[in-house]
Amino acid sequence: MKTELEKAIKERILILDGAMGTMIQRHKLEEEDFRKGAFENHTKSLKGNNDLLSITRPDIIKDIHRQYFQAGADIVETNTFSGTWIAQADYGLEDAVYRINYESAKIAKEVANEFTDKPRFVAGSIGPTNRTASISPDVNDPGYRAITFDELVGAYKEQVNALMDGGVDILLVETIFDTLNAKAALFAIDQVFEDRNEKIPIMVSGTITDQSGRTLTGQTTEAFLISLSHMPLLTIGLNCALGASLMRPYLQILNEKSPFGVSAHPNAGLPNEFGKYDESPEMMASQIKEFLDEGLVNIIGGCCGTTPDHIKAIAEMAKNYKPRNFN
Amino acid sequence: MELKLSGLEPLIVTPQSNFVNVGERTNVTGSKAFLRMIKEGDFEAALAVAREQVEGGAQIIDVNMDEGMIDGKEAMVKFLNLIASEPDIARVPVMIDSSKWEIIEAGLKCIQGKGVVNSISLKEGEANFIHQAKIIKRFGAAVIVMAFDENGQADSYERRIEICKRSYDILVDIVGFPKEDIIFDPNIFPVATGMEEHNNNALDFFRATKWIRENLPGAHVSGGVSNVSFSFRGNNKVREAMHAAFLYHAISNGMDMGIVNPTMLEVYTDFDKELLEFVEDVLLNRRPDATERLLEYAETVKGDGKKREIDLSWRNVSVQERLSHSLVKGLVEFIDEDVEECRKLYKRPIEVIEGPLMDGMNVVGDLFGSGKMFLPQVVKSARVMKKAVAYLLPFIEAEKDGVSSYAGRILMATVKGDVHDIGKNIVVVVLGCNNYEVIDMGVMVPAEKIIQKAIEENVDVIGLSGLITPSLDEMVHLAKEMERANLSIPLLIGGATTSKVHTAVKIDQHYTKGQTVHVLDASRSVTVVESLLGPKKDNFIKELKLEYARVREHHEKHRGAKELLSLEAAQANKLKIDFKQEDCAQPNFIGSQLFTNIPIADLVPFIDWTPFFQTWELHGRFPNILTDEVVGVEASKLFADAQEMLNKIVTEKWLEARALIGLFPANSVGDDIEIYEDETREKVIYKQITLRQQTKKVAGQPNLALADFIASKESGIKDYIGGFVVTTGIGLEEYVQRFEADHDDYNSILIKALADRLAEALAEYMHKEVRVKHWGYASDEALSNDELIKETYRGIRPAPGYPACPDHQEKIGLFDILNATELTGVSLTESLAMLPASSVSGWYFAHPDAKYFGLGKISSEQVENVAKRKNKSINEISRWYNSVLEN
Repeated sequence: MKTELEKAIKERILILDGAMGTMIQRHKLEEEDFRKGAFENHTKSLKGNNDLLSITRPDIIKDIHRQYFQAGADIVETNTFSGTWIAQADYGLEDAVYRINYESAKIAKEVANEFTDKPRFVAGSIGPTNRTASISPDVNDPGYRAITFDELVGAYKEQVNALMDGGVDILLVETIFDTLNAKAALFAIDQVFEDRNEKIPIMVSGTITDQSGRTLTGQTTEAFLISLSHMPLLTIGLNCALGASLMRPYLQILNEKSPFGVSAHPNAGLPNEFGKYDESPEMMASQIKEFLDEGLVNIIGGCCGTTPDHIKAIAEMAKNYKPRNFN
Repeated sequence: MELKLSGLEPLIVTPQSNFVNVGERTNVTGSKAFLRMIKEGDFEAALAVAREQVEGGAQIIDVNMDEGMIDGKEAMVKFLNLIASEPDIARVPVMIDSSKWEIIEAGLKCIQGKGVVNSISLKEGEANFIHQAKIIKRFGAAVIVMAFDENGQADSYERRIEICKRSYDILVDIVGFPKEDIIFDPNIFPVATGMEEHNNNALDFFRATKWIRENLPGAHVSGGVSNVSFSFRGNNKVREAMHAAFLYHAISNGMDMGIVNPTMLEVYTDFDKELLEFVEDVLLNRRPDATERLLEYAETVKGDGKKREIDLSWRNVSVQERLSHSLVKGLVEFIDEDVEECRKLYKRPIEVIEGPLMDGMNVVGDLFGSGKMFLPQVVKSARVMKKAVAYLLPFIEAEKDGVSSYAGRILMATVKGDVHDIGKNIVVVVLGCNNYEVIDMGVMVPAEKIIQKAIEENVDVIGLSGLITPSLDEMVHLAKEMERANLSIPLLIGGATTSKVHTAVKIDQHYTKGQTVHVLDASRSVTVVESLLGPKKDNFIKELKLEYARVREHHEKHRGAKELLSLEAAQANKLKIDFKQEDCAQPNFIGSQLFTNIPIADLVPFIDWTPFFQTWELHGRFPNILTDEVVGVEASKLFADAQEMLNKIVTEKWLEARALIGLFPANSVGDDIEIYEDETREKVIYKQITLRQQTKKVAGQPNLALADFIASKESGIKDYIGGFVVTTGIGLEEYVQRFEADHDDYNSILIKALADRLAEALAEYMHKEVRVKHWGYASDEALSNDELIKETYRGIRPAPGYPACPDHQEKIGLFDILNATELTGVSLTESLAMLPASSVSGWYFAHPDAKYFGLGKISSEQVENVAKRKNKSINEISRWYNSVLEN
């Protein structure tokens, strides 16, 4: 599989899927949907803990994966953005972390295997957690940290092992707002690889918060690239926070400096006054066309607010272009 | 590939970037000021130092927290976390600099960018090297590799390239370390030392640098440049030329990074051609007489310390200016002559003191206050002043005019039970220099005597000093007594174990009628006293009260922040050593043995000099301190004086060294250690009570007590323990008095400081004798002096009153079983300080797993338990645990 992916990324621009949350919202799910058959007696409210749906409503999640594959995605992401004990602690579900990741990987693979026309891949989504290792949550005590590097490494190891047990083809460390969190994730991945004596490709994707061109913790795009280049990556890229047009200058930097492949999965524009993303598939695709004209990317997809229609428009466009060259 | 580093912004080292300079001031071993900030917890100021460096052009900042008196790991983490919130600083990459792996690892966990580890080496073998390199790689940092292997530091061209090549091959082939992330430090050593084998030191470095850059693709070369000019310390002109020329050649051979003063990089061409030629002759070893020629030339260079002594041109100015010169330079040769000349110029002898002498001392005070003079110089100035006053005194008394013109009267004392007075004596001198009349009551002064004297003499300020922990309680007691006596005289608190927190929390509140002030070191005493007696007194006290209230509040908020385990839980998490009989070697004798007249000369190589400089408030590691940019010149002079006196101590037998050791069968019973009379192990001659750590540990870390290092009674293993009392203080008092009679505070403090160092050296020396000979469990040991100081040997010698066993009471039992007071002449005061002060006592533990640790805080539950084990009431013993009891 690995070689198939490595071959594919040299031949064409690979398409990553779009938003999971946006698609789930369409189903107007209730508390019960998040509990069914697995967490019936849990004392805390679980509504909104989307990762649980891989266990309680696999039918919905599988259908979303299927829609993205049908739209032309080569890679779908597992429904595990919050699959660490740190993120699950808010729900008191630290113990469910293994199941979330294992089941999510398994169902995504099942859907991938339904498609035989071209190789389809599953990327294990590894989110940033909701705590940051480089910033104090207490403005009066800037030396304080709510999470340590060691705790992050522990949490990520648990997630990575479960995702690999579930059969993912790629690990995708994404929405990186604090590079130190991401370093902990890579540290964990390296340890897990050594423990299992097994390696799979890694994608990392950072989040440039605004037009200052920096991550939340203040790094420039190039500094971000340098800080994570110690692991052999399949791709490094950007996602979330910005729509495609605002993301372009920072992708140009990655294009210029990165020894790895470059990926992008921007939002469907910026959120409107109701918090919705309203860039149409056509609008988004026309902006992404500029990436493609400049040859900036190897993998392209969508983040918040994107749907199978967006992915379809992007995939249609991308198949006319050659991928970015890299060694 | 290029070396790429990052903070918030990238730093890319290309062949065009020429030379990357690393900021060196955020380093506690290199910067006295920075060390002080970290020690005081003044991280605001520490951040300002970092910011200045970055603004001043440092492309990387080196952060080093390796200092015995601070928790290096905690300081590293805190400082790096704080830097992360300062974009002006965090924009550059960090170099995590430590000789301790745990500090490096802790530092790596704090930086989001790609930093540099400084440093690792093959010193402890390949396995360790590979392990560390793998982890550094996993963290994504670059690494500095020292040219150091199992056989020591590389000191020739061949050894340098051999070790660098070997390190490189391991890193690249075994670890898979990126080639461009490897930076070698091939050791810069001094040249022109007068020893032929050093002649190629610089050349070997250049050649090794060139070889590395040509043969180890991708690798970089770095180094600390100031070492090369070590033999010319004190002669900055020659040193600067050497640094500039060295860098010029090093850079042209491929050195591309270094910890240097950035201004040195540009001045190469500015130097006198002749000087450069001589310097380069030495660096490149171009002619056999290169060293002699440079030395000769150095003599002629202005600003050379040696030259000044023979330069008598300053004698041609007015007598007032000559006096001022003598005071500032600390010269006593002409003082009587000049004072006499001056006396004839003034109507009354007192006017000589009030006029030119005080003017001169004001200059000294100003220079000291602005950081342009250091403590040893001030003490020398004070010696000149005292001599001048002593000369004038008979004339003043003949006039029968004792009108005081002092700025204030200060009473100084070391508290009851404590015998340590070096620090107090320094404060006495510094205050004396600043025109305060000081009444020095000496050591072991009871509270009632201090109060009585203060009233009688109507003093303006009382200063208390103490070194051991029980002295803290005595200070509290004195504060309460002053309150009872209705005094309102300001009270100064100083000494090694005192702190602002202790003063604010434990002393200040008991003395409401007057103000208590913690004084961090001697240099602060003048400003504190000035503030207390000056016109801005009210404001000063108001701010102080606010500050102490803040300290108390902060303390209150954070106390109990560290969760303590129950004693039972702590005991359950003891260190479980798998004792084997072969690890519990039988000593070559059982019982005690006294050694007298150990030649002092044998102890000299065992001296740890770093604390000696700390005594004089010169901060930095020996020998680097001798070449320190700020204090190097004064440190070198002080060191020369110390060597001279040491020589006299040795050849004229000023001091006598006595050592008493005892080796006994022993087994642990719970947290106690039973010490037996003989091998039958029937009669317990002493039951040693050891205290157990109760701080909550991370998984896998035990809660230690010294008893864990001794095999338990039920194991049936025959284990042993040792004890020792050593002193080098015999004979000391005679010389101290002799110097004091001569108004020579400088030499009086110097000899005490040396005697203290010798006592520590004797303890180290005896420990070695015990390991190799008397106990004999390490008969094949061969360690260098440096390794001894770093304590890389097997076994420990913890001392009662220090972190592993803070309970001073253990000294009573130790002295008892050794019959120490009778045999060595060392006695214990009521606070259990040893008299003479230059003495060391402790226990020997020999197990390979025995290590030093800090007890930390314990609960009252443990103190109650200890009372039971000692068969005493809590009231009787609790005061001894005040310093470790959780509050």
